[in-house]
Amino acid sequence: MNTHATQTLDARGMNCPLPILRTKKALSAMSSGETLAITSTDPGSFKDMQAFCNQTGHKLLSSNQEQGEFVFVVRKS
Amino acid sequence: MGKLDIILPNNLDKSLFDQWFDERFETRMAEREAAHVPSLAIIATKGTLDWAYPPFILASTASALGWDVSVFFTFYGLELLKKDLHLEVSPLGNPSMPMKMPFGPQWFKDINWKIPNLVMAGMPGFEKMATGLMQQTVKNNGVASIEELRSICIEADVKLVACQMTVELFGHSHDDFIPEIKDWIGAASFLPVAQKSDVCLFI
Repeated sequence: MNTHATQTLDARGMNCPLPILRTKKALSAMSSGETLAITSTDPGSFKDMQAFCNQTGHKLLSSNQEQGEFVFVVRKS
Repeated sequence: MGKLDIILPNNLDKSLFDQWFDERFETRMAEREAAHVPSLAIIATKGTLDWAYPPFILASTASALGWDVSVFFTFYGLELLKKDLHLEVSPLGNPSMPMKMPFGPQWFKDINWKIPNLVMAGMPGFEKMATGLMQQTVKNNGVASIEELRSICIEADVKLVACQMTVELFGHSHDDFIPEIKDWIGAASFLPVAQKSDVCLFI
């Protein structure tokens, strides 16, 4: 988990589309420029998080896979 | 002589003008596209547990992407807007639906039970059992419940509209349905919404 992120979101065990919906909800409560680190176990979220960021204008700073878990860091636009 | 020829000076370089126009047009179109809020219109017509997922998953995800979303519930789809959801699933006549047990060791879970239609049709409570297994499978896999997805849609301002004709056809009462329904309308009211939408799905 990226400890430098402003906030963290544990989306482990959730399946499509919950990781995206929870990410959107968490970002809505944050200020522009803040970062959110999301941990997920849903393999579909790897591509979906990129698509979500492309559509919404948030920046996907990093996207990593480690031991069956996906860690994304998103900066709010 | 066209109107444009009157406005434009005689010594105008047409090719330069065309170039300017093309560039301006591209910029304007890009601006329009950037400012455009995509929209999704769904017509939800099915009322079983399995068919309840696609409209709510797509609607909630589209709203998370910042889209403008409307869902028109008609015929059996109206069941999805009831205050108390009693959605069931039937494997009968659905050869694509795997019949797997959501409990026990992995080898047991992996068995796809091929149950003859005759048994499914004749055994009382078979659909209740299949529904229970499906609900457990959904839970085990971290998939949201329909109630959860529906609340997310409501929270995200997805416009849920219901077919008035179906209410009368099936003898429903408005009181059976969630109060968040934006409107009770007919096909003539939803088609213009569907026409203006970027994506329109019939589910």
